[in-house]
Amino acid sequence: MSLLIQQVIGGIAIGSIYASLALAIVLIHRSTGVVNIAQGEMAMFSTYVAWQLTAWGWPIWGAILAAVGLSLLGGMLIERVAIRPVEGASHLTVLIVTIGLLLIFNQAAGWIWSFLVKDFPSPFPGGVWALGQVRLSASTIGVLVVLLASMGLLYLLFQYTKVGLAMRAVATNPESAKLVGIRVGRILMLGWGLAAALGALSGVMVAPQLFLTPNLMFSVLIYAIAAAALGGLDSPGGAVIGGLVVGVSENLAATYIDFIGSDLKVLVPFVIIIAVLMVKPTGLFGQREVARA
Amino acid sequence: MRYHRQLRSLAVLCAAGLLLTACGGGRGGGDAGGQDPGITESEVKLGGSYPLSGPASAYATIAQATQACFEQVNAEGGVRMGDGVTRNINFIVYDDGYEPARMLENTRRLVEQDRVFALFDTLGTPTNSAIVDYVNERQVPHLYLATGASKWGSNTEEWPMTIGWQPAYSLESAIYAEYLKRERPGARVAVLYQNDDFGKDYLNGFKQAIEGSGIQIVAEETYQVTDPSVDSQVVNLSRSNADVFFNITTPKFAAQAIARKAEIGWDAMHLLNSVSTSVGSVMEPAGAEASQGIISAEYIKDPSDPRVQDDPAMQEYKAAAEQYGDFNIENEYGTFGFAVCNTMVKTLEQTEEPTREALMEAVRSIDAENPLLIDGIRVKTGEGDGFPIESMQLQRFEGERWVPFSDVISRYEGNTPAGGGE
Amino acid sequence: MKKLTLTRGGTAHRTIMLVTVLVLVAVALYLPHYYAPYRVFQFTEVLVFAIAVLSLNLLTGYTGQISLGHSFFFAIGAYTTAVMFRDLDVAFVIPFVVAFVVAFVVGFLIGIPALRLSGVYLALVTIALAVITPPLLTRFEGLTGGSQGINIDTPTAPAWSGLADDQWLYYICLVVAAVVFLLARNLVRGGVGLSMTAVRDNELAARTMGVNPAVPKTRTFAYSAGFAGVAGALYTLVVGLVAPGSFTIILAINLLVGTVVGGMATIAGAVFGAAFIGFVPVYTSGINPALGGVIYGAVVILIMFVMPGGVMGLARRIRGWLVTLEEPADRRRASGTGQTETAGSLPAARAGAVDGGTEQSGTTDPGTAQDDRPGEQTTTGDRREN
Repeated sequence: MSLLIQQVIGGIAIGSIYASLALAIVLIHRSTGVVNIAQGEMAMFSTYVAWQLTAWGWPIWGAILAAVGLSLLGGMLIERVAIRPVEGASHLTVLIVTIGLLLIFNQAAGWIWSFLVKDFPSPFPGGVWALGQVRLSASTIGVLVVLLASMGLLYLLFQYTKVGLAMRAVATNPESAKLVGIRVGRILMLGWGLAAALGALSGVMVAPQLFLTPNLMFSVLIYAIAAAALGGLDSPGGAVIGGLVVGVSENLAATYIDFIGSDLKVLVPFVIIIAVLMVKPTGLFGQREVARA
Repeated sequence: MRYHRQLRSLAVLCAAGLLLTACGGGRGGGDAGGQDPGITESEVKLGGSYPLSGPASAYATIAQATQACFEQVNAEGGVRMGDGVTRNINFIVYDDGYEPARMLENTRRLVEQDRVFALFDTLGTPTNSAIVDYVNERQVPHLYLATGASKWGSNTEEWPMTIGWQPAYSLESAIYAEYLKRERPGARVAVLYQNDDFGKDYLNGFKQAIEGSGIQIVAEETYQVTDPSVDSQVVNLSRSNADVFFNITTPKFAAQAIARKAEIGWDAMHLLNSVSTSVGSVMEPAGAEASQGIISAEYIKDPSDPRVQDDPAMQEYKAAAEQYGDFNIENEYGTFGFAVCNTMVKTLEQTEEPTREALMEAVRSIDAENPLLIDGIRVKTGEGDGFPIESMQLQRFEGERWVPFSDVISRYEGNTPAGGGE
Repeated sequence: MKKLTLTRGGTAHRTIMLVTVLVLVAVALYLPHYYAPYRVFQFTEVLVFAIAVLSLNLLTGYTGQISLGHSFFFAIGAYTTAVMFRDLDVAFVIPFVVAFVVAFVVGFLIGIPALRLSGVYLALVTIALAVITPPLLTRFEGLTGGSQGINIDTPTAPAWSGLADDQWLYYICLVVAAVVFLLARNLVRGGVGLSMTAVRDNELAARTMGVNPAVPKTRTFAYSAGFAGVAGALYTLVVGLVAPGSFTIILAINLLVGTVVGGMATIAGAVFGAAFIGFVPVYTSGINPALGGVIYGAVVILIMFVMPGGVMGLARRIRGWLVTLEEPADRRRASGTGQTETAGSLPAARAGAVDGGTEQSGTTDPGTAQDDRPGEQTTTGDRREN
C-alpha cells in the first residue's frame, strides 16, 4: 500500500513537471495556432540564464523572476525574428522552423555552459515529510502549487481579459481578427513571449529535481506533448490533468505490470492518449474544430 | 501505353548504364605498394570520431583534450618513434553525433580519403560496433577506444586490429562483487542500469562474478537515456528488501538516483559505477550529504580532487590543458583525453618501424607508466591479454571527496573477466 | 531574354523532360566511377535516405498527414532484413520484398486509427512511435539482438561485375531507389494520387465527389510505411549493423526536415532532402565542431525563409522565370479555370473513378495534374478560403 501511495506521489511530482511545460505548449497553440517543438529547449535555455544569475550571486527567487522576464522578451524576439517571416505558411513550415530553433538552443547552451551536469538550487525549502514509509517532499508540493497557480492565471487570461480574447481570435482566424482591429503581430509576439516565460518557470521548477543539462527538457517535452494532446491542445486545465494522468499512469504501470516494467513504461501514456483520441479526436477538453468548406 | 513508354526509357537507361559501367575506372588509384598510408618521415596521421553534437556531446571534451595533448606533443618537437625518426602527430577528428552510421561514414573518410595511419580513441560502444568489422578487414589499427565494453579486449582473434583502453565494465563489476563477497557475503543487491549495452555489460559482468556465491540480485530496474527521471525506479528498488544498491548510470541519472535514494530514506550500501564519479558534475549536484559513504572504483586521477593538486603529473596536465586546450581543466574527460593520448605517444615511441604491423606489435606488447593514472596502475598488454588497464582502486565518498580505502586491486591483471555481448 | 513557351505534354516539353532525366540517370550511373569509395558510400547513404524521405513525403506531402514517427517503419525494415540475413539463407531480393510487406502491413494497421486524428494531433501521437522504437528493440532480445543489435556482413561485389564493393552497394541502392521512385510516381499520378491530394486539399469537397477519405489515407499510410521499410532494409545492407540507438526520434525529425527541405508533394525533392540531411550536418560541424548544431539549425530556418517550397519549389520558380508552360487546349476546356488547377475543380469523372482504384491512363495523362502545386501554396490557399 505504501508503495502504491509513494508511486502515486512520484507520479504527481513528475506529472506536474510535464504539465508545466504542457501549459506553455497549450498557451502558444491557443494564441498562435502553432505547436512549438522548441518549447522545451527554450525553457532549458531560460533555466541556464537563471542558473547563471545564481552563480553570479543572485538570490534564487530574484534569478527566477529575472529569467522569466528575460524569457518574455526573448520569446517575443524569437517570434519577430524567426516566426514572423513564415507567418501564413503551412503549419509544417513553422514546425520545421521550430525544429531549427530546437537545434540552435540545444547546442548553444552546451557551447556556453558545457554539457556537464549542473546543480540548480531549489526555490523551495528542502523539507521531507515522512508518514510510515511514504515520503513527501516540500518541493513536490511547491511545484504543484506553482503549476496550479499558472494554470489559474492562464485560464483568467483567456477567459476574462481583452488580450486573451484577442489571442483566441487571432488563433482562430487571423484575417477576421485583423478586420476587427486587433493588431495581430503584437498578439502573436505576446503569445510567444508569454509561452517562453511560462516555459522558463517550468524549467526552474524541473531543474532542481532532474538536474540541469542541455538535454534537460527534450525528454520532458515528449511527455509534455503527450499531456497536451491528452488534455486537448486548447485547454490549460486539460494540460494539467493530462500531465498528472501521464505521470501517475506510467509509474503505476511500470510498478505493477510486469510485462511493461520500467523499460516500456513510455508506452503507457501514449496508449492512453491514442485510446482517448479515438473517442475524442481533440483531446479530453479540447474544442471540436468545425470543418467548413 | 504509358507503361510501354516507361519500359522503353528504362531499357535505354539500362543500356546507357552498362556502357558507363564498362568504361568505368578512373577514380583514385590504389595504394602505392609497400608503404603503409598515413606515415611519412615527418608526420603520423591519426583519426578519431566523437559525438561533438547531439545528445552525447558531453564527451566532446575528450576530443578537445586529445587534440590539445597532441598539440602539446608537436609543440615540444614531436614523437621520437622506435625507428629513430621524430614525427609530428596530425590528429583528424570528425563529428558522429553518437550515430553508428555516421561513425562508419567518418571512418571510411578517415581511412580512404584522409588515409590515416591508425584510428585512435573512437568513442562509444554502438558506434565502434559499426566499424569494427570494416577496420579489421582493412587492417587499419583501431586503438584505445573510448568505451569499456569487454568485447574489444576479449576478441583479439577475430579483431586483431582493435583494442580498448580503460578497464572493462565487467572488470569493475567483478571488483565490486569481490568486495561484497568479503564484506557482505549474503548481500541482496538491487540494480539500476541503463537499458543499453553499457548497462548490460556491467550487469552481466556482475552476474558472472557473483555466481556460486551467497550474493543475489533481488531486483532490477532499467531506464532509457531518453527518460526524464529515474525516481520511480529508485522507489521500486527501495522496496525490494535489498541491502546493496548497485547504481549503473550515466552522470545525470546517477545524480538523480543518489538524491532520490537519500530523500526516500533508503539506507542500502551504495555502489556507483566509475562512469559517474565526477565530484563536480555528479556528487556535488546530488548533494554532499546524500553522497556520503558511496563506494566506487577508480583508475584515473580526478583533476578536481584537492589531494592531487600537488601531484606533478596533474600540474603538468593542467598547465598543458590551459595552454593548448579550450575546456574546463577540472573536467574529468580532460584528464581522460590526456591520459589516453599519453598511452598513444608511448606506443608510437615503441613502434620499431613505420608500418601498421609494427604499430600493432607495439600495441600488443606495451608496458608503460601513465602519470595520470592512479599511482601503481600500469598500461600493460601481452600475448592473450587485450586489455591495457586492468587494475582499479576502491574508494569511498567522505566529506566532499573520494577517499581510497583499498590497495590497487591488480588480481585481474592479464585476465579481465568476460562481460556480456559477443 | 525571351521566355520560352512550351505546351504541357507537347513534344518539346516531353523531349526536354526526357533529356533531363537521361542526363540525371547517366550522372547517377557514372558517380561511383568518378568519386573515391568514401564519397560513393556517402552517396549510397543519400540514396537510402532519399527513399525514406520519399516515403514520408508520400504521406505528408500528398495527404497532409504529418508523421514524426517514421523512424519506426524504417527500423522495422532494417531489423526484418537483419534478422533474415542472420537466421535464413535468403536470396538477395527477398529481404526488400519482405521488409516492404511487413512495414506495409504494420503501416496499414496504424493508419486506421490515424484516420481519426487530424494534423497536429497526428503529428504528436506519431512521436510515440519514434519514442518506443529503441526500448521495443532492446526488449525482444532473442529476435533483435537486444542492445547489441545485429551485425551482418555487407554484400560484396560478385566477380563478374568487375565492381568494387562500394560501387556494387551503390548500384544496388540505385536500382532499388529507382524502382521505389517509379512506383511512387505512378502512385501519385494515378487515381490514388488524385484522391490523395483531393482529400488533403479539401476533405469535404472530396467527399462530395465520392472519394471516401479513409481509403486513400490508409492506403497511403501503408505504402509510406512500406517504402520506409525498404529504406531500412537498404540501411542494413549499407551499414552492416542495426542497433536500437540508430532508430531514435532524431532520425524521424531528420526525415521530416528532409521532406520539407526537398519540397512537399514532389517526388524528385526527396533526393535533395536526403542530400541535405546527409551532407549539411557534416559540413556545418566541419565549419565549427562546437557550433555545428547551431549553424545547422540556422540553415534549416533560413531555408524555410527563402524557399518555403523547398528545393523543388525553388526549381519551379526558376523554371517559371525561364519557361511558360501552357496547358494543352483540351485540358483547358476540361478544367474550366484555365492555367491552374485546384482540387475543387477536379474533373468529376476522374475523381469519381478514383475510389475504385482503377487508373485511366489512356484518356488523359495524369502525369501533369499536380506538377505546379507545391504543398504550402495550396495549404495557405486553404486558409484564406476559410
